[in-house]
Amino acid sequence: MTRPFRIGAGAGFADDRIEPAVEIAEAGAADVLVFECLAERTVAREVLARREDPTKGFNPHLRDRMRAVLPACARGGIRIVSNMGGANPVAAARATVEEAAAHGLTDLRCAAVTGDEVTDLVRARPDLTLTESGDPVEAILPDLVSANAYLGVEAVLMGLETGADVVLTGRVADPSLFLAPAMHHYGWAADDLPRIAAGTLMGHLMECGNQLTGGCFADPTRPEKQVPDMANIGFPIAEIGPDGALTVTKLPGTGGRVDRMTATEQLLYEMHDPAAYITPDCVLDVTGVDLHGDGDDRVRVTGAAAGPRPDSLRVLCAYAEGYIGEGQVGYAGVGAVERAELAAKVVQDRLKRRGFTYDEMRVDLIGCTSLHGDGAGPSDPYEVRLRIAARTQSRAAAQAVGFEVRAMHVNGPTGGGGGSNPVVRDVMAVQSVFLPRELVTPEVTVLGGRG
Amino acid sequence: MTRVHDLGHARAGDKGNTSNISVTAYDAAAWDRLRRDLTAERVAEIFATIGAGPVTRYELPRLHALNFVIQNALGGGVSRSLSIDPHGKSLSALMLTIELPEETL
Repeated sequence: MTRPFRIGAGAGFADDRIEPAVEIAEAGAADVLVFECLAERTVAREVLARREDPTKGFNPHLRDRMRAVLPACARGGIRIVSNMGGANPVAAARATVEEAAAHGLTDLRCAAVTGDEVTDLVRARPDLTLTESGDPVEAILPDLVSANAYLGVEAVLMGLETGADVVLTGRVADPSLFLAPAMHHYGWAADDLPRIAAGTLMGHLMECGNQLTGGCFADPTRPEKQVPDMANIGFPIAEIGPDGALTVTKLPGTGGRVDRMTATEQLLYEMHDPAAYITPDCVLDVTGVDLHGDGDDRVRVTGAAAGPRPDSLRVLCAYAEGYIGEGQVGYAGVGAVERAELAAKVVQDRLKRRGFTYDEMRVDLIGCTSLHGDGAGPSDPYEVRLRIAARTQSRAAAQAVGFEVRAMHVNGPTGGGGGSNPVVRDVMAVQSVFLPRELVTPEVTVLGGRG
Repeated sequence: MTRVHDLGHARAGDKGNTSNISVTAYDAAAWDRLRRDLTAERVAEIFATIGAGPVTRYELPRLHALNFVIQNALGGGVSRSLSIDPHGKSLSALMLTIELPEETL
């Protein structure tokens, strides 16, 4: 029997740890490594970076990751797929080829997949409806930074079919990044729904890296939720057979755990209706899924089903929406909460007297109410940290928030210390529209290689 | 007093302004109890303290798991939120603090 195709997770978010992917590559434990590194707002941030400098606009850790992993991948013949291309896959491919060359890998070829950026298409259709607010997209067009379609598996397949060692994309649905290499390897058709279901479920389980292998899981107060050797958690590896038979595991000798409990948490992660998880490739139904813990950090996954892919693609529209200003200061000892509350009142009063207005303002007592509101937990801690944050259309008003909070050192109640430097950040809001998929056309550019 | 934390484990995920939180039972008895008592209404009552709701509950009996989809839980969504935890990662812990009615004989 030939061994199943093996797909390793190299990263599950933009700032993920670097070493676990290197360990998988050095052990030759995967045929492909997939790095998922693109959160909802990241592309818009990268669009702004690209405007400043046309050689930028891709994941800032790309060079570090490539430098770490490329030599072992080249030795083992391991291909790489990633959405680290961000808003500039071609520049990302150029950087990758440069890093490879610097390590003597002058043959490396890198495919850049573009076509997800559909800002002009959206601008030309002001009557499209924003899913979240119900308004026409026209309402946000003046502040629109970028609109990017979630491409499906066909875009990644185009990159793989070039034979490139590395395929870099911009916005692609996370599960599609993992499904594509399996489809490419086995020659599965896009309408072969049982296999597409298995591959999409595989991608969904893998896309957040170690959230399948014991990350985001440990609870020291419960015996069932201990995670061995957490500092050395291994990233997951999926083994998928020609018929879609799926087992998830991790590199032997690494920390963490893969079992029914970790797999169940990740199966339902960011899922709404479990009978209808919509991707560009299918509508996945996990209500018939069984997870078979076979021991030894292996889980066999059965029962995925899927309906046909949707006719339209979801497009994320990112737009500038003013500023958030923030400041913090700490209080401790007798009456800490009362003094923090008094400080909050004084800050709010001063901001009002200065004539600033805010779309929304939030007062948190960190240690009391900041995470779960007023309804939960004890409310009389020994120490508390006052945090005030507010959103506004005016940068000056946003700056004033942190300024007035820090002034509590000298101009507030007794014993206020540890004031933070004022923070101001741009707000990048996102909403979705849907576009008929035939309007969106992926393209591939291959860089590197000899000649 | 029985809390959800005594019966199962939870994970929170974010999409826009909606949080989904799964609760998975440790065993069959805990599953029966959670399925009966951890209703969408009970969850909505607790999450109202952070201004969230409405709440939809999905059941996955094969996995002994419930999936709660809680709208308006994330302060307008990750990028607009003024919350110190804009992804709502900590909301799984709020789910686990929920107290369930005592069993009557």
